[in-house]
Amino acid sequence: MHHTVTIAKRELAGYFATPVAYVFILIFLLLASAFTFYLGGFYERGQADLAPFFNFHPWLYLFLIPAISMRLWAEERKSGSVELLLTQPVTLWQAVLGKFLAAWAFTALALALTFPIWITVNYLGSPDNGVILAAYIGSLLMAGGFLAIGSCMSALTRNQVVAFILAVVVCFAFLLAGFPLVLDAFHAWAPQVLIDAIASLSFLTHFEAISKGVLDVRDLLYFVLTMAFFLIATAIILDVRKSE
Amino acid sequence: MIKTERLTKRYESLTAVDHVSFEARPGEVLGFLGPNGAGKTTTMRMIAGFIAPTGGTASICGHDIEREPLAAKAKLGYLPEGAPSYGEMSVRGFLEFIADLRDLTGAARRIRLEQVTERLGLGSVAAQTIDTLSKGFRRRVGIAQAILHDPPVLILDEPTDGLDPNQKHEVRALINEMAAEKTIVVSTHILEEVEAVCTRAIIIARGRIVADDTPQGLAARSRYHNAVSLRLGRPEQLAAARAALVALPQVESVETDAQGLRLTALPRAGAALLADVNAITARDGFALQALELESGRLDEVFRSITT
Repeated sequence: MHHTVTIAKRELAGYFATPVAYVFILIFLLLASAFTFYLGGFYERGQADLAPFFNFHPWLYLFLIPAISMRLWAEERKSGSVELLLTQPVTLWQAVLGKFLAAWAFTALALALTFPIWITVNYLGSPDNGVILAAYIGSLLMAGGFLAIGSCMSALTRNQVVAFILAVVVCFAFLLAGFPLVLDAFHAWAPQVLIDAIASLSFLTHFEAISKGVLDVRDLLYFVLTMAFFLIATAIILDVRKSE
Repeated sequence: MIKTERLTKRYESLTAVDHVSFEARPGEVLGFLGPNGAGKTTTMRMIAGFIAPTGGTASICGHDIEREPLAAKAKLGYLPEGAPSYGEMSVRGFLEFIADLRDLTGAARRIRLEQVTERLGLGSVAAQTIDTLSKGFRRRVGIAQAILHDPPVLILDEPTDGLDPNQKHEVRALINEMAAEKTIVVSTHILEEVEAVCTRAIIIARGRIVADDTPQGLAARSRYHNAVSLRLGRPEQLAAARAALVALPQVESVETDAQGLRLTALPRAGAALLADVNAITARDGFALQALELESGRLDEVFRSITT
C-alpha cells in the first residue's frame, strides 16, 4: 500500500514540476466560471443553487480530463521509464492505482479551487448546501470515471495525442450512452435488454441524479465499478503491451 | 546468484530468446554479448521481471521471477537499456523516490544515498532536473538507481553506452570494485569491455547461446591465438621477411596488414611460433619495430560465431 502512495506522490509532484498543472487549473477555473455565468445564466435564473455550475461539468471534463490522463502511461512507455518502474519491487496493480490516484487527487484539487462560487452563492442567497456537497461528490466520482477511461486509453498507445483522442471518443460515448445519438446505433438490431443496459451506462443520467442531491447507492456504485473496470483493463493492457 | 532454465520468448513470427540456460554466481561478472537484435535485452528484461517468458524459468537468489516477483526484484538492481528515468525530477528527488520504493529508511537510507551520490560523482548535479543532464550523467543516475539498495545481483544493460572514455573507465572500475561479493551481468557489444571487466562471457546470436567461456577461452578460439605479429622498420625488407615466415614449418599462413608494414604469422594448430620467428629475424637481420605474441582477437571470434 505504501508503494501506491509513493508512486502517487511522485506522479502528483510531476504535474507541478512543469507548467501543465498550473495551465490546467487556470483553464479549468476559467471555463467553469464562463460556462456558469454566461451559458448557465447564474444570475438571471434568480435561484440560489449551483445547478448552472455543475450542469457543465460533464462537458468540461470531456476535454479536460483526457488532457490529464493522456500522459499517464503513454509517456512512461515512450520514455521507457515504465521498465524502470515495473522492475522495482512494486506490483503492476500498485503502479496503476498509484498513478490513477495522483490524477484523481489533482482533479480534486482543481475542483476544490472552485470554492469561490460556493461562497458567492451562499453570499447571495441561502442554497441547500447538502445538495451542493452531493453534487461535488458526484462531480468528483464522474471525474474518476473519466480518468479511469483515460488511463486505459493511455495504456493502449505510446502516443499522447492518440491517447487523448481515444479518451475523448470513449468518454463521449459513455456520457451520451442514454441518448439517441448512441442508442440509435443499436436500436435496429440489438435486443431491448442490451439497449437498456447500454442506456444505464450513461454518465449523464447517473451524474444528474447525484447533482440533484440524491445520493443513491446505485449511482455511487456505478461510478466506482466503472473506475474499477477501466483500471483493471489498464493493468491487463499494460501487462500485454508494456514492452512494445 | 542468477539462474535461468530454458528461458524462451516467442513473438508471433519470431523466437527472440530460445532456450537460454545459464547460471551466474557471486564473484562472477558475466558479459552478455551479441549483435544488435540477438535477444540480449529481451533476456535481461525477462530476468528482471519486466516481460513474462513464454517458456522456461529465471530466478534471482532462489526466488522465481514469476512466482515470487517482489522477492526476486528486491534482490536485484537493474539498469534498463537506455537508462530511462523521470526527466522532470531532480537527481536527488529521483534517488529519494527509488529509496522509498526500495524501503530504505533511517540512517541506512541516508548513508546509501550519500555513498551512491559520491561514488557516481552526482553531488554537483543533485539539484538539477534529469532532463538537463548530459548523456553521461543520465547513465550514471541510472547506475546509481540500480545499486542504491546494495543488491546482491546486478543486471546492467549497456552500462557504458554513450559514455566518453574517462567515464567508461570510471564505470568499469566501479563494476570491478563491486564484483567480489555480487553477481553481475553486463550486456554490451563493446568487446574491449569484456576484457576489461568480465570473468566470463556468453555470446548470444538469434536468441541462442552460441558460446559460454572465459574471455581468455574465447580469445583462444581465434585463429590469431598464439599468432606472432611483427612490424618492420624498413619496408624494403617486407618481401624477404614474408618469405622467411612462410618457410617456417610451424606457420599455417602469413597475413599483411593494409599499410603493408605489419606481418602476422598464424601458427598451425597447437604450435608455438615466437622462438622460431625470433630466430629468423636475428639470422636474417630484419629491423624490427615491434614483435608481439597475440592472445587472440575477440572481435574475430565474435564475428565468426555470430554470423
